[in-house]
Amino acid sequence: MRETTLRGKIWVLLDKTGKLIENIDTDQIFHNAHLHITDVSEMGPYAFGNLEGWKDFSKKCGEGDLVVAGRNFGAGSSRQQAVDCLIALKVGAVIAPSFSAIYFRNAVNSGFPVLRIKNLEAMVTSGKLKTGDLVEVDVKSGGGTNLTQKLLLRAEPMSVVQSEIYTAGNLFEYGKILNEKK
Amino acid sequence: MGKTIIEKIIQAHSRDEAAPGKIVWMDLDIRSARDFGGPNVVKHYDQEYGDTPLADKSKTFFTFDLCAPACTLKYADNQQACRDFARKHGVEVFDVDSGIGSHVLMEEGLARPGGTVVGTDSHMNILGAVGCLGQGMGDVDITFAFKTGKTWFEVPQTVKVVLRGMHSPYADPKDLTLHLCKELGTRSIALRAAEFYGPAATSLDLAGRITLCSMITEMAGIIGFVSAEEVPPVLMPAELSDEKFSMFQADPDASYADVVEINVEGLAPQVAVPFSPDNVRPVAEVRGTRVDSGFIGSCTNGRTEDFVRAADVLNGKKVKKGVMLKCVPATRRVYQELLERGILEILFRSGAIVLNPGCGGCAEGHAGLTGKGEVQISTGNRNFSGKQGKGKTYLASPAVVAASCIRGEIVAPEEF
Repeated sequence: MRETTLRGKIWVLLDKTGKLIENIDTDQIFHNAHLHITDVSEMGPYAFGNLEGWKDFSKKCGEGDLVVAGRNFGAGSSRQQAVDCLIALKVGAVIAPSFSAIYFRNAVNSGFPVLRIKNLEAMVTSGKLKTGDLVEVDVKSGGGTNLTQKLLLRAEPMSVVQSEIYTAGNLFEYGKILNEKK
Repeated sequence: MGKTIIEKIIQAHSRDEAAPGKIVWMDLDIRSARDFGGPNVVKHYDQEYGDTPLADKSKTFFTFDLCAPACTLKYADNQQACRDFARKHGVEVFDVDSGIGSHVLMEEGLARPGGTVVGTDSHMNILGAVGCLGQGMGDVDITFAFKTGKTWFEVPQTVKVVLRGMHSPYADPKDLTLHLCKELGTRSIALRAAEFYGPAATSLDLAGRITLCSMITEMAGIIGFVSAEEVPPVLMPAELSDEKFSMFQADPDASYADVVEINVEGLAPQVAVPFSPDNVRPVAEVRGTRVDSGFIGSCTNGRTEDFVRAADVLNGKKVKKGVMLKCVPATRRVYQELLERGILEILFRSGAIVLNPGCGGCAEGHAGLTGKGEVQISTGNRNFSGKQGKGKTYLASPAVVAASCIRGEIVAPEEF
């Protein structure tokens, strides 16, 4: 059974004015100039390579770190690389108030946790989530804790399909399980 | 309880109850991949499914439109990998000579009213223009669709958008669309489908509907539909006016998540200012902004009607010296129409560069990028920071782009 509890240091994607960045689009996450890359292992260095203030993210990010971003994360294109580049860096999850529909699907299908917390912006504004805080979260139930600040978090729980794909590993593995059931 | 348009299309393709919020398994009429994403699909397929057959090769297509023809070694390799896969599995390729995949699928009658189509193109929901449920998806989804012919899908809620009044005669479907980007932002229809009502929407011809539906992605919506019953049949391509086709209408008692009314009476030409498609202002407010280059084309504005509007402005005039105007017809068929109607000659004589069909200037690979400090005015759909290079991109209609390239600064077409 795949581990459902993630624990990691968070990176809060703030702009120069200290505001949580909304509408981060896939060209900011993984620029179209690198779309020829098909090996996931080569995608890491380009993560957030076109996001002002965060172009060095791939050098700073550690294994299991969690990304906290503003609403409509992953707007724009359908490129899977915008998910895969974070998988390549071994990022644990992205947490945002909402995701673009395509980005959300792509993450679910790759078994990459994307967690939605509606009042995330307020939490960031009031200092309840800061870069460097250690956060623990159960990706299926959505229950979590900011261990550094000893505060509870509540993300939306996974849907049944999302949870089953996560457990299987990805959509392909899930498809094999569905086939066996037939 | 009645159903909205998207609920009806999904219901016709699923054994599960197509109710908003439910996740269903949906049958896909057409699945496609292009030269971005396509090679990743090939790689996944080979790894996961090896030499086993596709669910249905006759419903599976490659469409090369972004790097057409390949201009880097990597893309040449990637496209060839797709061609080899296609040959092995007996799949048809709409190759680099064809144009934008979503448009080709409409022209070929493959994207049909009431149908379901997926592809590795986030603007595949443009197919809402012909009443077809198109969805852009990543390479994992598309690989799975190639193999199974199905996808899991959360039935979205629908928002009813009612347009009041008519835009000014100087404004066109792009101005209307930009105005909707401004009014709806990225929240009003986010993660939902939209149905557009009111004469400003229902009087749109197919090209206008394509423009409107192409930018639903920028409004964070799932897809947009324009009430179909009022489509003048003559404006539909022959392939789409076949009597077998039935467009779904929303039931009178369909349930909507929201009803939004937007006034478009007297709307003048609009421009989306860098760096967001919803950062929209009347042309008058940015009039006089210097432009270095212009682009007419893309899935949003690459139809014959779009180039006719540009040619009306450019006819007998010259693009200002030092300004570069790039024109990219959406498809080979559009290119042929422009050729036969003398539009290409007007564009050529004005000093514009006319390229082969394809996506054009929206991403690296086809019709050039912007350099640091360059100001571009484009009929594309995105002006995000850095997307098309380090320059700044303003989004506008074909007529506004044409007029601005003649003047060398942003100007409204009615001044010509």
